[in-house]
Amino acid sequence: MSDLEQFRAQTREWLEANCPASQRLPVMEFEDKCWGGTKWRFVNEDQKNWLDVMAERGWTAPDWPAEYGGGGLNKEETKILREEMYRIDARPPLFSMGLSMIGPALLQYGSEELKRQHIPNIVKGKIWWCQGYSEPNFGSDLAGLQTRCEDKDDHFLVNGQKVWTSYAERADWMFCLVRTDPDAVKHAGISLVLFDMTTAGVSTSPIMLISGNSPFCETFLDDVRVEKDQLVGNINQGWELASYLLTHERAMIGNMGHTAASEKSLHQHAIDVAGGLVNGQLGDTALRTEIAQWEIDILAFELTQERIDDETKAGTGTGATSSILKYAGTELNKQRYELLTDIHGQAGLAWEGEAFDNGLLASQWLRTKGNSIEGGTSEIQLNIISKRILGLGQKG
Amino acid sequence: MALVLNEEQNMLKESAQGFLSEHAPVAQLRRLRDERSELGYDKATWQQMVELGWTGVLVPEAHGGLAFGHVGMGQVMEENGRTLTASPLLSTAVLAASAINSAGTEAQKKALLPAIVEGSLLLAVALDEGPKYRPSLVKTSATASGEGYVLNGEKQFVCDGHIADKLIVSARTSGDVGDEQGISLFIVDSSAPGVEIERVYLADSRNSSMLRLNHVALGADALLGEIDGAASLITYLSDVANVHLAAELLGMSQEVFERTVQYMKERSQYGALIGSYQGLQHRAAHMFSEIELAKSVVIKALQALDENDAKLSLLASVCKAKVSEVVTLVTNEGVQLHGGIGMTDELDIGFFMKRARVAEQQFGDRRYHVQRFASLQNY
Repeated sequence: MSDLEQFRAQTREWLEANCPASQRLPVMEFEDKCWGGTKWRFVNEDQKNWLDVMAERGWTAPDWPAEYGGGGLNKEETKILREEMYRIDARPPLFSMGLSMIGPALLQYGSEELKRQHIPNIVKGKIWWCQGYSEPNFGSDLAGLQTRCEDKDDHFLVNGQKVWTSYAERADWMFCLVRTDPDAVKHAGISLVLFDMTTAGVSTSPIMLISGNSPFCETFLDDVRVEKDQLVGNINQGWELASYLLTHERAMIGNMGHTAASEKSLHQHAIDVAGGLVNGQLGDTALRTEIAQWEIDILAFELTQERIDDETKAGTGTGATSSILKYAGTELNKQRYELLTDIHGQAGLAWEGEAFDNGLLASQWLRTKGNSIEGGTSEIQLNIISKRILGLGQKG
Repeated sequence: MALVLNEEQNMLKESAQGFLSEHAPVAQLRRLRDERSELGYDKATWQQMVELGWTGVLVPEAHGGLAFGHVGMGQVMEENGRTLTASPLLSTAVLAASAINSAGTEAQKKALLPAIVEGSLLLAVALDEGPKYRPSLVKTSATASGEGYVLNGEKQFVCDGHIADKLIVSARTSGDVGDEQGISLFIVDSSAPGVEIERVYLADSRNSSMLRLNHVALGADALLGEIDGAASLITYLSDVANVHLAAELLGMSQEVFERTVQYMKERSQYGALIGSYQGLQHRAAHMFSEIELAKSVVIKALQALDENDAKLSLLASVCKAKVSEVVTLVTNEGVQLHGGIGMTDELDIGFFMKRARVAEQQFGDRRYHVQRFASLQNY
């Protein structure tokens, strides 16, 4: 048996023994995904145990270096772990912006001290990270951001306002883009700093969305003291880091297009609620065609994710792929929910009542409208493809 | 299997690209059209393709081929799409070679495959009896007579029919028109008494023809595969055809897209390059993203052919449906973004649009494959 085969066998055995049955069920609600942090309330013991045993091995971040608490697995082993988890429908033990965004940035750009301070806590799910990027007047034009960060010799002083902060009221720490040089060209005067959300001067206010939920907040920063060692990378290097982070965010949001194995297919929804089969075909033939077209597109999208991944490993590929995946994936996810609500008719638009899952589908449908806005709008992705890949844009 | 080409496949792609762009660019198809070429393809180019080994890519080594596989052949088809090179490659080296290799008797393989590899034998596949691909709508009949059969009927839109030495013809041996069962395939000499082939000219300036069969007498050895049971062979043949047509259409999509983006960098209006206008940039970027999706379904389906994947039919339909959608978008936008010049015969873009529509129709258009996909998924 090769080393990898042995690793697979051991992993399979270990997962079978350690992944609780409840953690192999489809994710139904927000709380079913563990986001960690000091304010997290585990839905049950299983969720906590699953996080603890996985974090113990560093398998919440399987390919991060073991010296900071990561799993220390190589690419092949990481892939095997994912496949084995997928095989038993195991839920990822932890979802967080720590894992998907600031962690990778710290590993790439952070000082040794910052890595030692933050990475192990991210791996263990101890800290809930939120992102301080957009501002009321700087959304797509992120590089124009105006939150000031002044050098006060032994510390920084931050003043300004952030918006679209995910779950700011539950978050423990923020990674925040600030302006450190107001005189520089806009991209060149930005830095990335980290601070505790309980620091004096930090306050948040929830934003009610069309979905009826408030996953985002406004965050007000009034004379917030930030320690100097919490600067990531160099001063005024923030835009480079932000671009790096946005690439990760796009990949994550684009991935929403991906259908989880445990998820019910669109055509199954239609068979179950929209009239069923007549002579082996969906009775609503126009709906049948639209579902088939969507299912073809999503397959093409998933194969593209796979191909781009394979090309990256092989060292080929076209670049700016995160923009392609973000654009295609989010548009497909929006279409998916348009079709889903259509399939369920007026019941799909129910807003309250236990018979209608308390309006879960309608709320999810409305939430997807944000997919093509957050992390860079579809239009921004098309700009990036036009300029960086196609070389369009020079005047005259 | 990783969705990337291996080194040999890459080399084949590059050599195909080099050869075709130098020896058989779009200008060659234009010349064949303008001269109303009798053959509809350039014989010297075909001979060079044979020498490059392309006719043997799908043929086993035991029969003189290279057994290089569908992923490799798909690269050659994709490059042929970029140059719109007219040749019997698809009919003979892809379709006929696949059909004979998959269902032929040892004697048939021995007699036909080496001749295909050498380029001395051209074949055409005659399934359609109407303008849309409906493989069960077979009226053409084959009745038993002595040791063999007698064929009567009419086949339509037979690609490369008028240049073929032999034709692979579907005919009904039992059942009724529309039945999937009761169809058989026969290998017919184009020079046999009673065979009448009339060339038809389609918009794409490639070869098509009508085939009439009047009491064509065949020996028992003309049967390819099982009597009455050609349905699964026809399904396989159409999966092969659709994946390779999709590879060709992918090459065309990329070529038209690249030419269009290039034009956006050269053409000025209102004192600025038209490529600097966001309204046009976004249309180009959208096409780019769609072509990326098309690339993925093509390589996946080509691999499925080589691996005899249980999901081959599903992936072939995904492939043809998606790539047809993309090539329709890209050729339409290609003309529109070129503006008035895009409407002229002088520009090559129109050749791509015309070829795309014909190739989309062959072996089932986008809607056909969307419906087939749903049926294969049991809904």
